[in-house]
Amino acid sequence: MAGCSKNVEACPRLLDLIPNEREWLGKREDERSSSEEKKLELRLGPPGEDWSLKNTSNRERHESQLNSFGYFTNGNQQAPKFPSSAENSHVWFNQQQQGQVVPPPFLKFPSSSTPPTATASQQSLPVMAKESSQPCCTKAVVELQQCAEKKAFSPPAPANTAVPNSSQKRTAPGPVVGWPPIRSFRKNLASSSGSYSKPTVESPNKPVETCKKGLFVKINMEGVPIGRKVDLKAYDTYEKLSTAVDELFRGLLAAQRDSSSNGITDKQEEAKAITGVLDGSGEYTLVYEDNEGDMMLAGDVPWHMFVSTVKRLRVLKSSEVSALSLGSIKQEKVAVN
Amino acid sequence: MPNKASTFPEEVLEHVLSFITNDKDRNAVSVVCKSWYEIERWCRKRIFVGNCYAVRPDMVIRRFPELRSVELKGKPHFADFNLVPDSWGGYFYPWIVALATAYPWLEEIRLKRMVISDESLEVIAKSFKNFKVLVLSSCEGFSTDGLSAIAAGCRNLRELDLRESEVDDPSGQWLNSFPDSFTSLVSLNISCLGAELSFSALERLVGQCPDLNNLQLNHAVPVERLAKLIRQAPQLVELGTGEFSAKLQPEIFSNLAGAFSVCKELRSLSGFWDVNPAYLPAVYPVCSGLTSLNLRYANIKSADLNKLVSQCPNLQRLWVLDYIEDVGLEALAACCKDLTELRVFPSDPFAAEPNVSLTERGLVSVSEGCPKLQSVLYFCRQMTNAALVTVAKNRPSMTCFRLCIIEPQAPDYQTLQPLDLGFGAIVENYKDLRRLSLSGLLTDRVFEYIGTYGKKIEMLSVAFAGDSDLGLHHVLYGCERLCKLEIRDCSFGDKALLANAAKLETMRSLWMSSCSVSFGACKLLGQKMPRLNVEVIDERGPPESRPESYPVEKLYIYRTIAGPRLDMPGFVWTMDADSVSRFS
Repeated sequence: MAGCSKNVEACPRLLDLIPNEREWLGKREDERSSSEEKKLELRLGPPGEDWSLKNTSNRERHESQLNSFGYFTNGNQQAPKFPSSAENSHVWFNQQQQGQVVPPPFLKFPSSSTPPTATASQQSLPVMAKESSQPCCTKAVVELQQCAEKKAFSPPAPANTAVPNSSQKRTAPGPVVGWPPIRSFRKNLASSSGSYSKPTVESPNKPVETCKKGLFVKINMEGVPIGRKVDLKAYDTYEKLSTAVDELFRGLLAAQRDSSSNGITDKQEEAKAITGVLDGSGEYTLVYEDNEGDMMLAGDVPWHMFVSTVKRLRVLKSSEVSALSLGSIKQEKVAVN
Repeated sequence: MPNKASTFPEEVLEHVLSFITNDKDRNAVSVVCKSWYEIERWCRKRIFVGNCYAVRPDMVIRRFPELRSVELKGKPHFADFNLVPDSWGGYFYPWIVALATAYPWLEEIRLKRMVISDESLEVIAKSFKNFKVLVLSSCEGFSTDGLSAIAAGCRNLRELDLRESEVDDPSGQWLNSFPDSFTSLVSLNISCLGAELSFSALERLVGQCPDLNNLQLNHAVPVERLAKLIRQAPQLVELGTGEFSAKLQPEIFSNLAGAFSVCKELRSLSGFWDVNPAYLPAVYPVCSGLTSLNLRYANIKSADLNKLVSQCPNLQRLWVLDYIEDVGLEALAACCKDLTELRVFPSDPFAAEPNVSLTERGLVSVSEGCPKLQSVLYFCRQMTNAALVTVAKNRPSMTCFRLCIIEPQAPDYQTLQPLDLGFGAIVENYKDLRRLSLSGLLTDRVFEYIGTYGKKIEMLSVAFAGDSDLGLHHVLYGCERLCKLEIRDCSFGDKALLANAAKLETMRSLWMSSCSVSFGACKLLGQKMPRLNVEVIDERGPPESRPESYPVEKLYIYRTIAGPRLDMPGFVWTMDADSVSRFS
């Protein structure tokens, strides 16, 4: 109960903002006090005290913000349209021409309060109007933060320390997962297909997954509706594979058998180990379909040959395996190889 | 005006409604009044669900008892780029179980980014009496066994499209499962399959389906097999070839050229895996009729590529690798006046240095020369504000603009300034812009422009941009039509999200990964917004094991009337009121 009431105290204030959002954004345009302004500026820096490293650069940033703010308000009142050439656009940024890539902070563009529709109808970008510099959304931010500071909700400080801020990221992009945004599917094909002169026998004809992660093969067990996948690259002997089969299906098989009987039984007790899948001594036998579509007994050819020809695995009832015609084809194949 | 509409006989209104096919219009009709709602729901034949977790199948079935066509989407778009962990969800099974009993006359299923088991495909094959269209786009989880079941069971199948799906242990034998009596196929796209197909089965299938007009082969179909296939189907309108890589042999070439010259109807060409350019002139006879050319997988170098493109003056859509270079795009701009869509993909996205000469100039040329251009996806390595401003002014009718500058946070390379102004010009000039992807160095300012001008933007992708919460706030507050927002590696955090919580209910979904949203904010949002599912995706372990203020790895928020989903894997947590109380 205690924890609950704490939440209730902390949160509603935050969320009070939500239903009234539009009103709140429109209404308070003229209410900004200088103390709030101060708070705003403070907010621009990452909160928290332990900024020994970043602090300096941050302060510089602040200064440049203030400078450029002044510059814009004095110098360039009337440039609401986009410059039509790159040359013009330089003018906007004179303050920052020193070559560093510090992004212009938002205070320079203090138009947020103007309702977007209004500016849109003027056909101009709301960049320079100082008078309207009441940033409604920053106001929101302030409120949010005030309330956040009160209780439980104190996101900004740790958030900023934990996630490198954007100016840091800028210096070292490095390889990033999912960037550039190209379908992984495409990537595989593109990397596997070389120039036309190359023999095409290598990767393009194999399943895409082979090159990517390992050698994943589907495995189904009789009596278990859910198929699984195994990475054959993760094993190097039939024995290890048979252990994996046990691990994959023991629980599922037990669950399947139990599904009719009710009550919770101890799974470990109930689940019988699946053994003897290789020599036919157990209840189940491991067979596989090779690349020519033939059903083969696992364990009869050397492991590497098995890995290079297997297409999918099946765990069948030993009693039913004998009914399949397995042996003869297999013998031929061994002989050929 | 008391209820004039209801004096119509229902049959009349039903007939009128049959002419309204647009989803949004149908939705609008259904909220006019109770009787319209009733009439509309009984005569709705097709439904599109943009997020399979936004509604439960039983809810759909209860409201729309007569559906013939169902389209569903599963995983978030960023799944395409490996940002969504495997086994996140998006399972089709619960849907097909429900659909199978409710709609024995279902004809079409179209799925995108969903996980489909072979069992599900088997259910499709045996449940629907008149099943016609199966489109599995960027799907996974099934194998050629499931396809066999479809081939054998769906006697009236018109369309089988597996575009960009990942199909398990492909074996080409499944094509043999199409019965000899099967003749209804109109469209077959198997370009994603990895294994060699059974050519005899393929040739038989193509030969026995007289209405086949779209055939997209996979790369394992060699060029010497292509001629025979084409000759069997001279009526083809769209063709995706296999590989084109054999050593040039005069008889193969002349055979192929002869086959192509018979295809008078051909409008769209794709494929061309691994091209030997010596074979390209074989397709020249059909080039003048082409409106669509997809060379996304064709590693044809600049000179040959430009020769090919210059044969196609009527192109409306071109997908191409950056081998086309600035010169090629300039030539394209000069000769293809009907071009509406251009996509330029990187041939070597991970190279440190540019391997081709493709810059902002190519994009400028196309925007100048192609007056009908509406949609652009452009990967390049350098950009300037000036170029973007020019592109913005040249083509105000653009509806889709996706620019990917490959190096994250690359500034205008001439001025070293952020690209805020350039993208600002894009959103200001493109009044009908629906889809926008940003890249390069961007500050909060660009989001202010987007919020101010992007009134019709429906989908926005953001990466490595912005400085503070204000950026996100501008977008959420300003973009009135925003439907999907996906953000990665930006310093947006709690405040913007919480301040715009109500906005999230008007959107389909919001994805944020590697941003600064805290677990505490996610909990709060989930607790207070019962119609949102707030999913925290964190592969580092349970989020409650870290401080509340700690940012979550990935966050996926979507509106739903289905409540929290139950099929979450161990690394996903929903922040509904119940589970939040469990956390605290």
